[in-house]
Amino acid sequence: MINRNPQLDENGILQHLLTTEGLPASILLHILDTAESFVGVTERDVKKIPLLRGKSIFNLFFEPSTRTRTTFEIAAKRLSADVINLNIAVSAQSKGETLLDTVDNLSAMNADMFVVRHSQSGAAHLIANHVRSDVHVINAGDGSHAHPTQALLDMFTIRHYKKDFRNLSVAIIGDILHSRVARSQIHALTTLGVPEVRVIAPKTLLPKMVERLGVHVYHDMSKGLKNIDVLMMLRLQNERMQGANLPSAEEYFKYYGLTSEKLSLARRNAIVMHPGPMNRGVEIDSAVADGKQSVILPQVTFGIAVRMAVMSILAGNQA
Amino acid sequence: MKIHIRNGRIIDAKQGIDAIQDIFIAKGKIVAIGRAPDDFQASRVIDADSLIVCPGLVDLSVRLREPGFEYKATLESEMNAVVAGGVTSIACPPDTDPPLDEPGLVEMLKHRAKNLNLAHVYPIGALTQGLKGERLTEMAELNDAGCVVFGQPDGLLPNLRVLIQAMRYASTFDFSVWLRPQEISLTSDGVAHDGEVATRLGLPVVPVCAETVALSSIILLAKETGVKVHICRISSAEGLAMIRAAKQQGLAITCDVTINHLHLSDMDIGFFDSNCHLMPPLRSSSDRNALRKSFADGIIDAICSDHTPVDEDAKLLPFGQSEAGATGVELLLPLTLKWGMEMQLPLLKVLAKITSSPAEILGIDAGHLSIGSAADMCIFDPDYYWKVTSSSILSQGKNTPFLGMELPGKVKYTLVNGHVVYEH
Repeated sequence: MINRNPQLDENGILQHLLTTEGLPASILLHILDTAESFVGVTERDVKKIPLLRGKSIFNLFFEPSTRTRTTFEIAAKRLSADVINLNIAVSAQSKGETLLDTVDNLSAMNADMFVVRHSQSGAAHLIANHVRSDVHVINAGDGSHAHPTQALLDMFTIRHYKKDFRNLSVAIIGDILHSRVARSQIHALTTLGVPEVRVIAPKTLLPKMVERLGVHVYHDMSKGLKNIDVLMMLRLQNERMQGANLPSAEEYFKYYGLTSEKLSLARRNAIVMHPGPMNRGVEIDSAVADGKQSVILPQVTFGIAVRMAVMSILAGNQA
Repeated sequence: MKIHIRNGRIIDAKQGIDAIQDIFIAKGKIVAIGRAPDDFQASRVIDADSLIVCPGLVDLSVRLREPGFEYKATLESEMNAVVAGGVTSIACPPDTDPPLDEPGLVEMLKHRAKNLNLAHVYPIGALTQGLKGERLTEMAELNDAGCVVFGQPDGLLPNLRVLIQAMRYASTFDFSVWLRPQEISLTSDGVAHDGEVATRLGLPVVPVCAETVALSSIILLAKETGVKVHICRISSAEGLAMIRAAKQQGLAITCDVTINHLHLSDMDIGFFDSNCHLMPPLRSSSDRNALRKSFADGIIDAICSDHTPVDEDAKLLPFGQSEAGATGVELLLPLTLKWGMEMQLPLLKVLAKITSSPAEILGIDAGHLSIGSAADMCIFDPDYYWKVTSSSILSQGKNTPFLGMELPGKVKYTLVNGHVVYEH
């Protein structure tokens, strides 16, 4: 039924941003370059440009989120779009309306773009296949599948600090199994030519055949962090303690939490990233999160420029 | 009604017949093959030139969705689909609402099916009351009402104590027990095979060990109790190896596979195609290849459609929330033929998997064209390719991974008890 890459049209032009998988490096780099031009805007006094004036962007969040929704909202407003926030988790769906009915109703209100977060993998694909061809969909996180804008802002951050992707060793640490962020990061890193991508986690938090995604698997931080330039930490959900994935947060922190001591095993100038929100003392120690190698707050700032870039490219407005 | 079927290529796996001959039908039975009986006056002649005449197909899993799920499909819509597929006998899983755990319900279903006067319906009785896996059903009473075998629905095996007692009780009356091996505690909310595709798509998984762990319990308990068991919907190469070993030990065990698992793998899920959301899940291509090959050595006894009409709304959801299952009874013959052609197997052997062999598993006198037997037949054109579309299939369920594909084998006539119940 759906066998073409649904993100690209027949001419290879980006129609939706659903996943970083299968996107050519040229498109990823174009997004990063466009974001670069928006960084200046976000630092100006008057932080608005009229690229999306008159466009309606619906933030469709079926799952609670503060940070991602806010950064999308700010990005859209800086491009002068009209932004409508819908917290569906507590509205239509609880009244029994189906996902596509909700989308149809909003489309009838002349939406130009949907920013979608949903607890089910594939929800953004379903919507992208359903909407009119002039409506664009941005996946803001679907189940354990993908979170492409997070991965792109991570790539932006890495390029900002490390300049070139082609000589880096990157480690992604934590709950790979349930993480949409990790999957999107892996595809983006391998597409951009990072020669060494590692995942470090206990076996209960790794999906089967993950090495097929082009990563090396480690279970031991002391081995996995050797010669690493970039550490990408993942959030550990508290509910993982209940599902027999892990015995306790304490034991996890002891073996996989990032402390200054463990960080010293990586390259001296390594940077530390985290998609937020952080669990201090579970996956990362405060000394590291607030330390001089941390780039966690710049990630958030860059996130706005990257989301502006994605929205303007999808709307066909090149900066 | 006397019917003369002229010049067809008769293929009857049970009797080892593959020859161009005429068949003569009177009073619902086959009265002669080859030469007409004396003073036979046909009231209808069917020209079967360049067509194949075989026993009516026997499908071991067809959900009619009645009682309880009439919005997905009705007995009438699905029985029309059944005969359009050349199928004349079907086994129906007990997972209706209410489940088929009471003689009255089974009688009603049989009665309603009989009134339609299309194919023969063989309800699979519930093994436990309400299919809850706690208390045994009145199997002997259910048998009197028309249940020939007993089973649990997909993936809901009772606990081992109840299962062993159910097997003992069933074997008392020589009833066979049909089970789909799936250890529920290893699947939870899983929807896809535990492999590279699920890893990429971030889908919750049903690992192969959910099948093999359950299978090992079933095999060991079958050995202990001596009951005849039929393993439904085997999906993995490892599961297949266990069945091979059990057969070599001389256990009374048979198994089937679906047309979907014979042709597709988890790769076909593509970008979350909910038509490929099936249970058991589509597994890796090496599992599929093992299933395709194992027919030659007779480890897999039958091919079924696992016909499961789903309403469109239940498929228009994110993959994990969509309802599992595919329509299929009209694709049983085409997809079996396609498999046979791709594996270069003789038609006699191929058709056995959807005629004589499933009839034996179900324990019914069907699936052959012996003189004196009921004239249940399928007459089809093996060289006719047709496209699967929502209008070319009669089932109310239009959901199948094969939508848009061209498949070989078009049923021209279906006969049940000597009546033409479908013609194209």
